[in-house]
Amino acid sequence: MEEKKNEELEAKQYIVVKLGNEQYGIDIQYVDNIVRMQRVTRVPKAQSYFRGVINIRGEIIPVMSLRLKFGLEPDEFRGPTRILIIKIEPQAAIGMIVDEVKEVITLGADSIDKVSSSNDERSTYLSGIGKQPDGLVSLLNVPSVVVEKEAAV
Amino acid sequence: MDVSQYLEIFIDETREHLQNLNEQLLILEKEPENEDTINEIFRAAHSLKGMAGTMGYKRMQRLTHDMENVFSEIRNGRMTAGASLVDILFRGLDALENYLDNIISTQDEGRNDNQDIIDGLQRILEAGLGTAEEKQEEKAGADGRKATASLTLAEHELAAALKAKSDGENVFEITVYIEEGCILKAARAFLVFKALEDAGDVIKSLPEVQDIEDEKFDFEFSIVLLTMKSLEEIRAIIMSVSEIRDTVIVPANLTAPAPVQAQPAPAAPKEQAAPAPTGGAGTAAAAAEQPHPQEQAAAQKKEQPKAAAKNTAKQVVNRSVRVDIEKLDDLMNLVSELIIAKNGLVSMSDTESKSTRDGNFNEQIEYLERITTSLHQSVMKVRMVPIESVVNRFPRMIRDLSKKLGKKMELFMTGEDTELDRTVIDEIGDPLMHLLRNAADHGLEQNAERVRLGKPESGSIFLDAYQEGNNVVIEVRDDGAGIDVEKIKQKALAKGTITPEQAEAMTDKELIDLLFRPSFSTAEVISDVSGRGVGLDVVKTKIETLGGSIETKTALGEGSNFIIRLPLTLAIIQALMVELGSEKYAIPLNSIETIEDVPLSDVKYVQNKEVINLRGSVVPLIHLDQVLDVEPKEEKPESLTVVIVKKGDRLAGLIVDNLIGQLEIVIKSIGKYINNSKLISGATILGDGEIALILDVNVLV
Repeated sequence: MEEKKNEELEAKQYIVVKLGNEQYGIDIQYVDNIVRMQRVTRVPKAQSYFRGVINIRGEIIPVMSLRLKFGLEPDEFRGPTRILIIKIEPQAAIGMIVDEVKEVITLGADSIDKVSSSNDERSTYLSGIGKQPDGLVSLLNVPSVVVEKEAAV
Repeated sequence: MDVSQYLEIFIDETREHLQNLNEQLLILEKEPENEDTINEIFRAAHSLKGMAGTMGYKRMQRLTHDMENVFSEIRNGRMTAGASLVDILFRGLDALENYLDNIISTQDEGRNDNQDIIDGLQRILEAGLGTAEEKQEEKAGADGRKATASLTLAEHELAAALKAKSDGENVFEITVYIEEGCILKAARAFLVFKALEDAGDVIKSLPEVQDIEDEKFDFEFSIVLLTMKSLEEIRAIIMSVSEIRDTVIVPANLTAPAPVQAQPAPAAPKEQAAPAPTGGAGTAAAAAEQPHPQEQAAAQKKEQPKAAAKNTAKQVVNRSVRVDIEKLDDLMNLVSELIIAKNGLVSMSDTESKSTRDGNFNEQIEYLERITTSLHQSVMKVRMVPIESVVNRFPRMIRDLSKKLGKKMELFMTGEDTELDRTVIDEIGDPLMHLLRNAADHGLEQNAERVRLGKPESGSIFLDAYQEGNNVVIEVRDDGAGIDVEKIKQKALAKGTITPEQAEAMTDKELIDLLFRPSFSTAEVISDVSGRGVGLDVVKTKIETLGGSIETKTALGEGSNFIIRLPLTLAIIQALMVELGSEKYAIPLNSIETIEDVPLSDVKYVQNKEVINLRGSVVPLIHLDQVLDVEPKEEKPESLTVVIVKKGDRLAGLIVDNLIGQLEIVIKSIGKYINNSKLISGATILGDGEIALILDVNVLV
């Protein structure tokens, strides 16, 4: 219990990305790399939000579209579009397509609000709301976004 | 002496010897008189003992020593390999394997003395031979010495001595001194033994008989004798042998030695039990050389920290492949060529003018290509291991199963020299074992039933391995009852796995496939051999993760056949690259039969499905672009490019837009997060960095 409190008090760094008008924060510990948009090879019969696979230095990495996952408008690939390479486990990387990578912020526990536990599917993807001078940042619960839930298919 | 550097060799060789012993013992069980086998067994056991001794694995050495004694008796024709003997010998081998496993994981042989097996061996030695057989008695004596390091009597010997005493026999400890000028002291000792055997039973000797025979003693040795004769008569008998200087005979003290396991220190009771001047050198040496066979608290304490330290470093021995030195030479040669090719390219870019460069460049590229291909093949060859290393333990397993199940059965194996990739070899053992168990338990009928059906009483199980194209096929076959499809259907209905409507529509093949579903077993009785229904689905999953497939053929009353197909190598394959719309896909070459150009007019319809008639056989067509959701082409071509693929004996035609060509591709996983309904078995990176997906033909067909 004590430990947990300490952990919460510790400030964490988040990478702020843009999807449409919204800002999302991704815990920096999961992010392995950020690459420019590149050619994505479609994988037939995959989940709809998977764009396909890309080749990062000889490693084949599946790429999902956060927009599609969150039920937003499909991506339009433009200059600022980036792929975040996320590694939850050492051997399993996954890419997330975002509109733009903005900045890295540091949030202490006191500037994070809990999300209300509604039944809304999207809220399970969030771990909290970060408060910033220039607006709110939805903090992604990265593992739950990545790992497929049976009900979410 | 630090022997840890030899540990890997020790483990490898011990494995080989154990395997050899297992095999030979199986032969011996069938042909108890086969001399070659007996000799081979003896040799293997002997080397094993020597190796264990050198490495300091005392328990292992002791067990092998006792087993070797039994083998030696068999070799000398004093015993025959009866069923109970073979059983206990097999148990001994299992125990040795346990020691080996312990050594592999902790570098320590563990604490199990396997006393029961050793006692069993002793009992057989004692019971199995005639009473007047000197050898036997000597052997028993030798074993006893091994167990207790001196003239201290082991538990069973003590019991024998006490019994003899209560029967009115005398128990003497005899020390014999041979004249120091004696040339053939071993012969003299032998005569003494011989004479004493006639007078009573020698239950123990020091040094052990083998050492005496080899003249590994000074001019004295000690014996414990059970006899009806008096002390003086015995003395007379011994002194009648020439060149004996003196002998000291005292009644043995039978109260001193505690039971072997609880013996506090080997040295103390020895001195009580053998007050006679047993000759310092021999005894002391023996005591020093044998600080324990029975682990003592003190010794344990000393060893424990060591063992604990070892435990932290799990699996101290690396997995290794033994490589033929020729294969390594090949590799070295290729690497040298690779360097030459590189140097060729370097010098070219330095010196030559642009015009001559282009031609030479192509030449060099071709050269490089040849080398990399050979290099790949050579590396693959190094990774290839004959399947023998997996299947050679099966005869033993079937033998044990046969005893356990009370059915007569025999295993016939062919193609043990078929080679497979090391990674596959490591994984394939369990599935095969499972299939064999199934065949033995469910496949084969009871012997009586077989006789009633007019089959040979003894059931047969076949394990055939052979290469077929780029695959290795392993068949597990039995001549048993076969799979009762009707029974599966009933069971599936009862369990609610399928609905009655489904049951009607299902083919036999589909019903048999139900067996591969989790928790589905048709066995009525769950035995500890098999029948819990956690089997075939695991087998199937395992084989599929290895990139293989499993197929079942069965005929009711005639037997069943499980056919496993495995790829020769896992990482790199030859593939045909095809184009669908703007996308590129790879089809593994090993599943491709032919490529056909089919005019649209040749496409026929059977049951509303498109088929073509390919040289007499009807082949269904699969529109890959529809299966893979590729955007369809605008214009209809006049003819179709059809890649004919096969799965087992089924053919199918895949319609593609374009053929690109053959390519050697490296298979990569596309990650676990992405679902692909198994259509895609992986991906590969092409020369330009683009990704092409690899189609799994087994799922398509």
